[in-house]
Amino acid sequence: MQEIWQALVQAVNLIISLDPEVIQISLRSLYISAASILIAALFCIPIGALIHFHDFKGKRAVINVVQTFYSLPTVVVGLFVFLFISRSGPLGGFELMFTPAAIVIGQVILIMPMLTGMTIGALSGVDKAIRDTALSSGASTTQAMRAILFEAKFAVVGLLILGFGRAISEVGAALMLGGNIRGYTRVLTTAISLETQRGDLVLSLALGIILIGIAMVVSVIMNILLQRY
Amino acid sequence: MDILQTVDLERRVGAAVLLNKVSLSVEKGEIFTIIGPTGAGKTTLLRLINLLERPSAGDIYFNGEKITDPSINAIHVRRRMAMVFQKPAVFNNTVYENVAYPLKVRGCHGKAARSDVYELLDIIGLGGYAKRKARTLSGGEAQRVALARAVVIKPDLLLLDEPTANLDPETVKMIERLVMQFNRERGLTVIMSTHDMQQAQRVAGRVGVLMKGQMAQVGKPGDIFYSPDNARIAGFVGMRNLLKGSIVRSESGIAVVDVNGRDIEAVSDLPPGTAVEIYIRPEEVVLSKSASDSSARNNLRCIIRSLTSNGPLCTVIVDCGFPLEVLITERSAVELELSQGQEVYASFKASAVRVLPPMTR
Repeated sequence: MQEIWQALVQAVNLIISLDPEVIQISLRSLYISAASILIAALFCIPIGALIHFHDFKGKRAVINVVQTFYSLPTVVVGLFVFLFISRSGPLGGFELMFTPAAIVIGQVILIMPMLTGMTIGALSGVDKAIRDTALSSGASTTQAMRAILFEAKFAVVGLLILGFGRAISEVGAALMLGGNIRGYTRVLTTAISLETQRGDLVLSLALGIILIGIAMVVSVIMNILLQRY
Repeated sequence: MDILQTVDLERRVGAAVLLNKVSLSVEKGEIFTIIGPTGAGKTTLLRLINLLERPSAGDIYFNGEKITDPSINAIHVRRRMAMVFQKPAVFNNTVYENVAYPLKVRGCHGKAARSDVYELLDIIGLGGYAKRKARTLSGGEAQRVALARAVVIKPDLLLLDEPTANLDPETVKMIERLVMQFNRERGLTVIMSTHDMQQAQRVAGRVGVLMKGQMAQVGKPGDIFYSPDNARIAGFVGMRNLLKGSIVRSESGIAVVDVNGRDIEAVSDLPPGTAVEIYIRPEEVVLSKSASDSSARNNLRCIIRSLTSNGPLCTVIVDCGFPLEVLITERSAVELELSQGQEVYASFKASAVRVLPPMTR
């Protein structure tokens, strides 16, 4: 148990002393996962809205499939993307392997089902009367969708935080696609995994504490923004 | 001029017929009330007019334009109407933003729009509430906001779907007053549904009775309340003393109807032998202690079964071979010293008896 206390002290030390490598790794984790969640949201919220607002045959089945993929294992995503972007894969020519972009691709695929499915859920939670009221007030279909999304804003921001959390905390895709290259693709989770293997448990724990700290700060900022708008 | 017309409007969902050949004309500037029991199709009719749902058959004309035509853009039609729903729905935003929403979606921002919104907030009595979160309002306040949101765009037609259901009496009064005020001052045409007959009587110029998806009767409130077309409507609008009988003889416009062995004289041209239903308005029956006190054609000896006082009025149920409900003032009940089991005479004019043709089923 001594390690946990030491790790706390070391985490605080690393933060206060602005250890350049730790800062760099943390920032990289932050921007890779932020990019993943933004790109995923850009696709998933409209897709989720489209599925929600249209009645079609097999809608229930589509939603079931989407929900099944919530539990997509990170290593499977890593492997899947690996097959595409490795030198012999169909996208090999882009030379994406072992770059931050490769990690972003993996994380986007990882969180897309969850983001899409939960967008549908968030929109279903909005009273049908809101849609009627918007349309009857003269809103176009797009304007009505926007009104409904606005009503679901707490749920939507909540799922963005959740998606971000899943992205920043995953290690499978980051390791397989990024390769944990120091100063280039090393992120908090891959660093923790490496330091643990090396036996530096205290540093691993300290990095873990920093990771949770980042997640907390992001969540707090989002909630402050939500209260304001 | 008719602002709105529906022609043989039908709405079916699966095997259920929600609306059955509803034809209706609403004049510009009038308040038209649709009354009917729950499930009669009132909401469906209003939603069809607002193009929130599509009819299975039939057409709707609005300002002379056939709006059920597939080539018509629903938004352009909806932007000249407004609707208030039974359950007050407000956006999770400020009161100001709620009322301004229809202006916003039309791209109206400017100063004029702002002052319109503030003026309306004053009119609905929520002047100081502009910045308040609409979700924190009471049901009645939220419905007033919904009303303001509906009229802010100065629509040609306002649709109100049971706007006062489940609201407290004070708010009901206020909403009725506002609707009548908007109708008077802005020439706003209103179609309002309600299941409250008295409300229809208070606000409506004309009333349509919708029953089981069919427009059973359309007319001035008086026509419907005092001379409903059939027994079903009479029952719905709260007619008491609905009695079955048959005409035994008929002479110069006065028919004698046999009800449970008692002869009742009524104004009717129907031939003898016709099975009819009659109703006698409870307030047009007079109770007295002797038969000679009245010059009315009908004088029935009867026994008082019950007396129920409700403030200034007293409901008396008497047995004349059939139960008859009588409404008298509390004062005359005291003067006559009425009591249960007492023998009295119930008298009423032949013109106080309304004869309904046999029910068409």
